[in-house]
Amino acid sequence: MIGEQVLIERQDIQKLLDVLHQKGYETVGPTIREGAIVYDQIASVEELPIGWTDEQDGGTYRLKRRNDQALFGYVVGPYSWKKFLHPPVLSLWKAKKSGKSLEIIPNSDEIPQYAFIGVRSCELHAIFIQDRVFTNGKFTDPHYQARRQKIFIIAVNCVQAGGTCFCVSMKTGPKATVGFDLALTEIIDGQRHYFVVEVGTEKGAEILQKVPTKPAQPSDKKSADERVAQAAQRMGRQLDTTDIKELLYRNLEHPRWDEVATRCLTCANCTMVCPTCFCTTVEDVTDLIGAEAERVRRWDSCFTLDFSYVHGGSVRASVKSRYRQWLTHKLASWIDQFGTSGCVGCGRCITWCPVGIDITEEVRAIRQSESAQLSERRG
Amino acid sequence: MVVTLKPQQIPVAVSTDPMVPVPYRLLRVRRETSDTFTFEFGSVDGSRFPFAPGQFNMLYLFGVGEVPISISGDPERPEILVHTVRAVGTVTTPFCKLKPGDIIGVRGPFGSSWPVVEAAGNDVVIVAGGVGLAPLRPAIYHILNHRGEYGRVAVLYGARSPGDMLYKKELAEWRGRFDVQVEVTVDAAKPDEWQGNVGVVTTLIPRAHFDPHHVTALVCGPEIMMRFTILELQKRGLRDDQIYISMERNMKCAIGFCGHCQYGPNFVCKDGPVFRFDRVKEIFGKREI
Amino acid sequence: MATLERLLSEHPFFKDLDPRYIQLIAGCAQEVTFKAGEFIFREGDPASRFWVIRNGRISLEVFAPGRGPIMIETLGEGDVMGWSWMVPPYRKQYDARALELTRALEFDAMCIRGKCDEEPKLGYELFKRFSQIIGQRLQATRLRLIDLYGSHA
Repeated sequence: MIGEQVLIERQDIQKLLDVLHQKGYETVGPTIREGAIVYDQIASVEELPIGWTDEQDGGTYRLKRRNDQALFGYVVGPYSWKKFLHPPVLSLWKAKKSGKSLEIIPNSDEIPQYAFIGVRSCELHAIFIQDRVFTNGKFTDPHYQARRQKIFIIAVNCVQAGGTCFCVSMKTGPKATVGFDLALTEIIDGQRHYFVVEVGTEKGAEILQKVPTKPAQPSDKKSADERVAQAAQRMGRQLDTTDIKELLYRNLEHPRWDEVATRCLTCANCTMVCPTCFCTTVEDVTDLIGAEAERVRRWDSCFTLDFSYVHGGSVRASVKSRYRQWLTHKLASWIDQFGTSGCVGCGRCITWCPVGIDITEEVRAIRQSESAQLSERRG
Repeated sequence: MVVTLKPQQIPVAVSTDPMVPVPYRLLRVRRETSDTFTFEFGSVDGSRFPFAPGQFNMLYLFGVGEVPISISGDPERPEILVHTVRAVGTVTTPFCKLKPGDIIGVRGPFGSSWPVVEAAGNDVVIVAGGVGLAPLRPAIYHILNHRGEYGRVAVLYGARSPGDMLYKKELAEWRGRFDVQVEVTVDAAKPDEWQGNVGVVTTLIPRAHFDPHHVTALVCGPEIMMRFTILELQKRGLRDDQIYISMERNMKCAIGFCGHCQYGPNFVCKDGPVFRFDRVKEIFGKREI
Repeated sequence: MATLERLLSEHPFFKDLDPRYIQLIAGCAQEVTFKAGEFIFREGDPASRFWVIRNGRISLEVFAPGRGPIMIETLGEGDVMGWSWMVPPYRKQYDARALELTRALEFDAMCIRGKCDEEPKLGYELFKRFSQIIGQRLQATRLRLIDLYGSHA
């Protein structure tokens, strides 16, 4: 069964959601909120952004009508799946104090069992990267682990590329090749609207048994592959990753950091929308009578001044150093830390930067100035 | 370079949550200086607290917050947990008002340790500045507990003034031994309260007794003190891989998840706080890393 | 070799100095001993001598009205004390006091200057050694300006 490809007609996609509900999954997927496509709970196919697409560029995001009724005819929005696996706000534990005793009660809230509908290949890779961060070291984050174990993943292969996409450069897409339970490729061919479905796991196969399917013909597979290949040709951005770690490590004092610092607002948007950024802070709160306290974990960003605070002041006080920290972490030191780049090429940080700072452009500027210097020396 | 990732097996067993503190009761407090205190804690359930010299704990003060503090007790007395805390921040200031019997939360021990086992067979020079003596004290205890395993041992300590010195009793005890060279210096002093050395800690290095080719240096203090100490050790002929330093960054989770303590590719909380110098020399001293 | 010359060549300050020069400057030196608490010089004294310390410890002090004496530096075995003899106005700027029984070799600065004039290569050698020491002291002083131990929590 695994690796097998079948067809599901458009009208049977609701059945897929219904089966997942019956199995106890909370289905989350793309839907439109406040002018953007976000991931949220969806019960019905009708809640998907049917017939919509997005236009993206540096600092720009617009929804537009399509001239068809595609269910997944857009790329990625401001949210990523990390908000479900690594919640933005999470209570870690509560503490009770009475007299000379202190009791600490770990958070034992029930963990939701999510089915993710419409995970793009770049986002799958982002999940694999966070797996490495939270479950692959000396310590394991039990909160992430508990959520991660339960998810069911329906991937969607991209058949179009966004204006800020560069998954091809990062080798993370556009086709989902591993790590999904089911992967869909949407095909609209004249009047016919259907999905080529690849089975990734036994769990995926089990769900499919209750959904009407047909065997996929070689022509269907070919048609799906062609569409994905087309998306790969149309990436909005490119990033040359040759020796990128060494390139950035040897350019920690490059003047480009000063230049980008004049534009960067340190708003932290890039870190919030990034599907791999994992930094958090904790807040300790108490009730008014001081008998009960709680520790809450929240997403944090290396762009804040507080982030690197050591007694006496912040280690990274300048904007330049904070942007440099983010970019070199993402593309260079991440490799040392987790054996992989921290960037999946989803383009969110470019789209959602209010001033349109482009990570691919920043790297290019540093790379080009180096090669210009080199040819000058040779010349 | 881009590594294509394959999904990995997610470990199934949920381990004990490293984010949840365990209660400890304060047994004794000793005042070290005007703003620094040494606290001795015992676990509430009687369990022991094994640790390696140089490691740290996250100490939680109920309703206030948590701070990373290095462990400064004797590693061979794990029944007592010892911390030296300076009242400088929003957590440490109320922390220093704790009274015996009070309860705190403890997570740990975390991080890397001083190479006391690897240093056996060598001379050891320990250079501490200010409160930097606290994370080194367990290493000194270990070395003195196993004195026969080491060559010559020198402890060099610099403080701002005689009143700012930590562990005066222990320093006097160590100095009273015939097998340790203990040199202490202060930045300035009045002759009626101090008869010892005046000058920065780096001035002690040329007169410390050790074989530069067979010595391990353990250095802890403010970053800037460590920078100049390393220069002086290099002048004596030490290689970078003979020098160990302890870094300070903003440790919040202590287990490599929160990202705050990143130092280049390192998480100070789990790859450090103790680093062999050659492994961080490319970024050490670089601004705002 | 005369005792004085041997003591000179054993001192780190004169390490590897040509024996001919050792002999020359030995003529300007004498052995001295200071008892604990004894003042070696006082602020304002003419800077006509310098010392290389063989053993013991000496503190350099300034006296601040209302605060009393403040130790600003201690010198010990192997150190050189006094370089004001090299630069105008040739006056001592601090008090120097032996903290314990201290043995040193004391040099007559006029005599040394004379030898250096006769033998400029010796002069150059001595100035190199002194400037290294002055540089080290300046650096150590700068470090104290930073308040080296101030901010480690």
